[in-house]
Amino acid sequence: MTVSAELELESFVLLRLGERRFAVAASQIAELVAPSRVFRFPHRTSKIEGVILRRGRIVPVCDVAETLIGKKLTSRRFYLIAVRHFGPQTEWVALPVTGDCELIHAEMIAPGESDAAQVAGWLSHAGDVMEVLNLDALTPGPEDLLAEAAAAAAADATLEAQP
Amino acid sequence: MRLAAPAKPSPLRAEQIILFRVGGQLFAISSASVQEVRSADSLSGASVEINAPGMEKVRHVVRRGDKSLFIVDGTTHFGISAPMGALVFVLRKTRTALLIDGIEKMTSMTRLQALPQCFCHEERRWYRGLTALDQTVVPVVHPEGFLSPEELALLDAALPPMELPEAETTEGAEFAQ
Repeated sequence: MTVSAELELESFVLLRLGERRFAVAASQIAELVAPSRVFRFPHRTSKIEGVILRRGRIVPVCDVAETLIGKKLTSRRFYLIAVRHFGPQTEWVALPVTGDCELIHAEMIAPGESDAAQVAGWLSHAGDVMEVLNLDALTPGPEDLLAEAAAAAAADATLEAQP
Repeated sequence: MRLAAPAKPSPLRAEQIILFRVGGQLFAISSASVQEVRSADSLSGASVEINAPGMEKVRHVVRRGDKSLFIVDGTTHFGISAPMGALVFVLRKTRTALLIDGIEKMTSMTRLQALPQCFCHEERRWYRGLTALDQTVVPVVHPEGFLSPEELALLDAALPPMELPEAETTEGAEFAQ
């Protein structure tokens, strides 16, 4: 491998959700922690399970398995505490994962036009091709509300346009 | 050379709060936001029924002079399935009386963390933030978050004509600010 090729390698954390593995840029990972008590209270954001207390911070727990593998996790081994951007601000979010995590260095392939917003890219490792996750698109945030409002407005417009 | 005196850490400001339960779930509210605590029974004689479309959480209103106080069922508001509460918080500077299960205790909080931005729906209006007390996380409710201006307009439009209700009983406690 040449020096220039090495420079293109980036660090990723591989995580397991059920039978599938996904990757997240290592720069977005704060830590990996054992599951702790989830505090639940009423709210209306469906992807959020509750919150955990970590180093004096209150961190939302976001189960992304339903979006990524089509079912909720029945067991969890760790919480991957990741950094989520909200414009210029960042906050921690805890992602439940079912297996061990692994740090790798690989070259990411840019996402295709048809890829979902949650796909930041693709990488190949140990015979697997896996999605690199865009956590800002995968986890809920204010932009979800804007998207929902836009969808509702579009639906209203369609209804009005019908004879 | 004289070294500058180290800055004294500013004392943590504590806010008095009331921990209360709705449908078994623990919440907190600033005690300064609670004007009165009454038993639900003591208000029932003075309340009249109200039926506003889409406002299942408000079934009764209490008239106090020219002011209408809407009794919000906390369980319906938060989407908890549980029997109706037995106590009512009359919330200061609002037109809301909140039906709750009961008061857990009064305490103080020194830190209120903003609701994480991942929470992006109605809960942003419901809560001022979250606080950690005795290794438990408790949502701190927003007194104005129970009825939005649009909901108040709906309720005002559905107000039954003014009648002379039975005098309210005085059972209950006034909360000093």
